[in-house]
Amino acid sequence: MISLKNIEKVYRTTNIETLALNNISLNIAKGEFLSIMGPSGCGKSTLLNIMGLLDAPSKGQIEIAEQTTEKLSDKQLARFRNQKLGFIFQSYHLINDLQVLDNVELPLLYRDASARERRQLASEALEKVGLSNRMKHFPTQLSGGQRQRVAIARAIVGKPEIILADEPTGNLDSAMGNEIMEILINLNQKDSTTIVMVTHDENMAQKTHRLVRLFDGSQVL
Amino acid sequence: MLKNYFKIAIAVLRRRKFFTFISLFGISFTLTILMVATAFIDKIINDDYPDKKRDRSLYINKIEQDGKESMNSSSVSYYFLDHYVRSMKTPVKLAVSSNYSTTNTYVNNHKIDINFKYTNADYWDILEYKFLEGKAISSQQIDNAERVTVISEDIKRAYFGEQAGPVVGKYLEADNVKYRVCGVVKNIPITAYMLYADIYLPYTVSKINLKDDKSYLGEFSGIILAKTKADVPKMQKEFDLIIPKLPMPSKEFNVIHSHADSYLDAYVRSGNEKKSGMTYAIIALSLFALFVMLLPTLNLVNINITRIMERSSEIGVRKAFGASSQTLVYQFIIENLILTFLGGIIGIVLSLIAMYFINDAKFIANLELRLNFTVLLYALFICVFFGLFSGVYPAWRMSKLNVVTALKA
Ligand SMILES: Nc1ncnc2c1ncn2[C@@H]1O[C@H](COP(=O)(O)OP(=O)(O)O)[C@@H](O)[C@H]1O
Ligand SMILES: [Mg+2]
Repeated sequence: MISLKNIEKVYRTTNIETLALNNISLNIAKGEFLSIMGPSGCGKSTLLNIMGLLDAPSKGQIEIAEQTTEKLSDKQLARFRNQKLGFIFQSYHLINDLQVLDNVELPLLYRDASARERRQLASEALEKVGLSNRMKHFPTQLSGGQRQRVAIARAIVGKPEIILADEPTGNLDSAMGNEIMEILINLNQKDSTTIVMVTHDENMAQKTHRLVRLFDGSQVL
Repeated sequence: MLKNYFKIAIAVLRRRKFFTFISLFGISFTLTILMVATAFIDKIINDDYPDKKRDRSLYINKIEQDGKESMNSSSVSYYFLDHYVRSMKTPVKLAVSSNYSTTNTYVNNHKIDINFKYTNADYWDILEYKFLEGKAISSQQIDNAERVTVISEDIKRAYFGEQAGPVVGKYLEADNVKYRVCGVVKNIPITAYMLYADIYLPYTVSKINLKDDKSYLGEFSGIILAKTKADVPKMQKEFDLIIPKLPMPSKEFNVIHSHADSYLDAYVRSGNEKKSGMTYAIIALSLFALFVMLLPTLNLVNINITRIMERSSEIGVRKAFGASSQTLVYQFIIENLILTFLGGIIGIVLSLIAMYFINDAKFIANLELRLNFTVLLYALFICVFFGLFSGVYPAWRMSKLNVVTALKA
């Protein structure tokens, strides 16, 4: 599903050069649930962003869902992300000016979908994460766990083949974190969605199919 | 999609109440100024009372004599109009009138200023003054040099009193001469300076013998009327041919300039050939508009950039979930247009209020400002311009924002 070949990422500022990723090669199968661990600053987010086509590698090739991605234009990239990928972030990144339902509908705005379809799909997604009764709330009126569930609903509303989650439980206590984990496992098992998750929590990582460890930009496991 | 843009635009505007207020204030205030100015210009340019035949008239009101050492320019003389313009073939009529000049008179020991203007008979045929009572000065009265006058309703009120009934047949004294009132006309504002006067007199009662003075420069202006609209260019050409053939008044000069202009060209003609009135008028108006719009636009650009940086997380999220840079630019421009249109609506209300007060305060007598269709159209245009201009640059900056950086902020 995802194939990374000799990925390297260098950040250059005026006088510092950081090698954030060093020669990473990784194959992730369809339906796999993979977790990535490693100390802070080792390049986990960078790796995930590159997989999500949010950032371009300095070297190496990426193939996602049978698509090589080097030559895609901004428009094509946007379309690809919209169709194939769903993102979950540690700090939720909900739009506070919009109600829960509108937040969840967001990815569908960039597709051909009627208002009724959007509403329908967003309600279904919210149902899956158990938040049908919070549709008209604003994000600021919800707890952290609830917000992350809204974010998951947003990530799955477009029925993507791949979900990329960067420390989705990082801001939550363990009870809430477990709830989120349940939902992700469910998604992976029922819909066979491919999931790549960055985490700090060994227990969470144990529940996934495979664990990749990074250290200083290199893969150590 | 649009509904969603609208929702987010309103939400953003409501969240940043202070900035929204500042932007809206800037926009609406600017629009108010521009709309009042537009209404004013529109009034001057497009109000065709009393010269309803404007489209087949040409106005002659300046002449310039140039030499190596000297240059002089002023209105044209009666002689010039009577002798050279009258001999033209294309015009069917020639209205002659003097520039208005001021004298004063006393009513019950109370001094009032009176602006008077000499006219010929054609003047009353070409121009369609609205007579509230009586009628125009006839050609017979002019030939006989009768001391008759057409007065404005303002002067009727000032001279004969607020409560005065019909005044035709009564006498009005100015400059120690008594004139019999033969008609009262609806007021025109002083901004129509080529046609405005308080009292209109036959040119034949002028104390100066107009036919003796053979110089081209004088106190008069003329309006020539073509038979049809189509004849106007021909008439203009004919006039242009007269000028080079004019005998030089003295060795001092070697060239003479004068033009038969459309109303607008005549209105802004400066009387200096090297400085075209129209160019100056356009430059002046554009500079004014630019100046008025510059600060609020820059202010709005600045506010927009701040707003975008604040919303970088939203921008990151939208990009991550499939918005292309182009889509985001559209979103932002539409948001900005919503803001400017809100400002526009407030601006229209403010201009209505401003015009009401300007009209009420009578800064310029008889100049009635109104918010007509033309002015609204300009306002719409200004709004769109404003919205695009202040939105495009910030939107472009926004679309260039890197997703990862945007999400980190
Ligand atoms: N935009 C950037 N500019 C410069 N250096 C960066 C940038 N983003 C990340 N880095 C550096 O790259 C390395 C990896 O960062 P990141 O992938 O965020 O780590 P992690 O998610 O594992 O904590 C770190 O050393 C970080 O300082
Ligand atoms: Mg990270």
